[in-house]
Amino acid sequence: MTGRRRTPVARSGVLRIASFSLRLDLGGMRLAAILLVLVLVALAVSLMLGAVPLAPVEVLRALAGDGEERILRTVVGRRLPRAVCALLVGVCLGVAGCVFQSLSRNALGSPDIIGFTTGAATGAVAQITLLGGGVLATAAAAVAGGLLTALLVYLLSRKHGVTGGIRLVLVGIGIGAIMAAVTDLLLVRAGIAEAASAQVWQSGSLTGRGWPHAWSLVAAAVVLLPLIGIAGRALRMIEMGDDVAHGLGIRVERVRFAVLVLGVLLTGVATAVAGPIAFVALAAPQIAARLARGSGLHLALSGLIGAVLLACADLLSQHLELGLRLPIGLVTALLGGVYLIWLLARRA
Amino acid sequence: MIDTLPRRGEAGAGARTGIRLAAVLIGGLVVLLVATVLSLGIGSHVVPPRTVIDALTHFDPAQDDHLIVVRSRIPRALLCLVVGVGLAVAGAVMQALTRNPLAEPGLLGLNAGASLAVVVAISFFGVSELAGYLWFAFVGAAVAAVAVYALGTAHRSAATPARMALAGSAIAMAVGAVTTSILLSRESAYDQFRFWAVGSLQGRPLEVTGAVLPCVALGVAGALALIRPLNALALGDDAARALGASAPAIRLGGGLVVVLLAGAATAAAGPIGFVGLVAPHLVRLLVGSDHRALLPGTIVLGPAILMVADVLGRIVIAPAELPTAVAAALIGGPVFVALIRTNRRIAG
Repeated sequence: MTGRRRTPVARSGVLRIASFSLRLDLGGMRLAAILLVLVLVALAVSLMLGAVPLAPVEVLRALAGDGEERILRTVVGRRLPRAVCALLVGVCLGVAGCVFQSLSRNALGSPDIIGFTTGAATGAVAQITLLGGGVLATAAAAVAGGLLTALLVYLLSRKHGVTGGIRLVLVGIGIGAIMAAVTDLLLVRAGIAEAASAQVWQSGSLTGRGWPHAWSLVAAAVVLLPLIGIAGRALRMIEMGDDVAHGLGIRVERVRFAVLVLGVLLTGVATAVAGPIAFVALAAPQIAARLARGSGLHLALSGLIGAVLLACADLLSQHLELGLRLPIGLVTALLGGVYLIWLLARRA
Repeated sequence: MIDTLPRRGEAGAGARTGIRLAAVLIGGLVVLLVATVLSLGIGSHVVPPRTVIDALTHFDPAQDDHLIVVRSRIPRALLCLVVGVGLAVAGAVMQALTRNPLAEPGLLGLNAGASLAVVVAISFFGVSELAGYLWFAFVGAAVAAVAVYALGTAHRSAATPARMALAGSAIAMAVGAVTTSILLSRESAYDQFRFWAVGSLQGRPLEVTGAVLPCVALGVAGALALIRPLNALALGDDAARALGASAPAIRLGGGLVVVLLAGAATAAAGPIGFVGLVAPHLVRLLVGSDHRALLPGTIVLGPAILMVADVLGRIVIAPAELPTAVAAALIGGPVFVALIRTNRRIAG
């Protein structure tokens, strides 16, 4: 699925700090820098646009804690946390997608396809319809639902002590469909008010997300991303084959389980904040692989692309006037779908 | 993924397949018969079996129970039969054409296309009759099928399972986003749409069954006529060519069959997943993947599975009723996962 591959060796350098060494792909670094600039641009635009359009100077002054009370409230109180949420949800989903596609060695192995996002949604909908809402409780239920689903998929796709490959994707699709049916069952049984509020949550939205949401994402990212970064090395070796990784002294199944849990936590936190967001986890790693043209794992690039995708999607969902209501989850589905269609049509 | 025919040298393989097929056909018919009788008796108002038989043999319009059985439950059971056959055979042919074990109307985007067409019919053309949506749904499913197929096979590359599934999910998600955003903006459309979209067999007048029956019959006849070419295709495009069959021609014929079957079933019953996936896999597990045995088995087991789902949907949360699509996923999901775990042919 990755098309022609160029060996990255010619363009790489090695960073050594004492005994710790890291091979850097210079092409990848340049790409990452470009993506970071895009992230900052998206952030700036989302702080400027809105019911009250602001000039860059006013935004900068507000960020420095200076200026009119009203503008301060708009920028720091509302637009900044929402933008931070969009970026971090994008990072979480992009990285999680990369992890799962690597684990399953399949372009379809993203959390939205293999049922984890659906499971998180089931958890949240169960909380809303059976126990009656509450933002924190819903978020916790989403994370729990995602984890339980993942555990189920992991256990059921295990055979002779081995998990990976197409079996993980297939089992995930099956479990995902069951979870979706359970969600529907809950919605059918629920009262109309609970069903309506669960429906809104289910289409995925960043409306009204504030600092508590943003901080919980920051906390999750600070804890989880470095851990995944560490595991990424082992994961890259597992991509060369279980036997090779074994030969290099890696405990394959243990790494897989650990990475699975970390990826599910990322997905769960993102889903808890924004609702089920389609396609970022599916598309970001694919885009990363095509832009970088190198083989191997692109954790950081996938995260950055996820951030750019979701930030742009949030801008569109806030400011695009089509006479249709487009929550961010639908915008990402539309963008990602169109992108993949274009990709499939263009390249063999 | 789909293994080859029994080799000629294997003594008795053909005979064993014959015996197994007979067992599958008889078993399937028994299940279908029992489920049909239950389906005539069970519902918000339970009619005892004796009265069901009475209603069938000595219909008396003065008796309410007889009226319920003849006017409401028999049409529903007939629709269930037609839709079950359509979905299951469509799934079997799709799996053969794409050599993709995951191929089924839902996963390859046909449901999404049909849904969008129905929403467009309701919101922009003011269609309010079920018989009116029917043709919109049909066209929507057909367009989605052609689009997914064209994308999956673009650039003369072989239709690999991953490409096909990626194309299906890309189109399903993009189209689904448009559908949902139209629905979110037009509440009255949502109110109408959900009756079609819950994938229910309830309240469909007999004319609906009458309208789709010729399409399903034609599709089944076409599928049976394609048995030998499909077997040849299972050996690979090159092998098929060597056997004197043109792979593109088989795909074209098979595509028409799929559109007829899946389009008709989806138009009549709304998006029902899993029957098209589970029925062929179950039959393949029992009789192998020779289409001479696979297709007849699928024709019997497809409606049996859907009928069981429909009956269970009426029992599980009685007196309320679970939409048939939800019941199908709740039953089909676990069967699907069990298949993947036990069958080496599907996922190694």
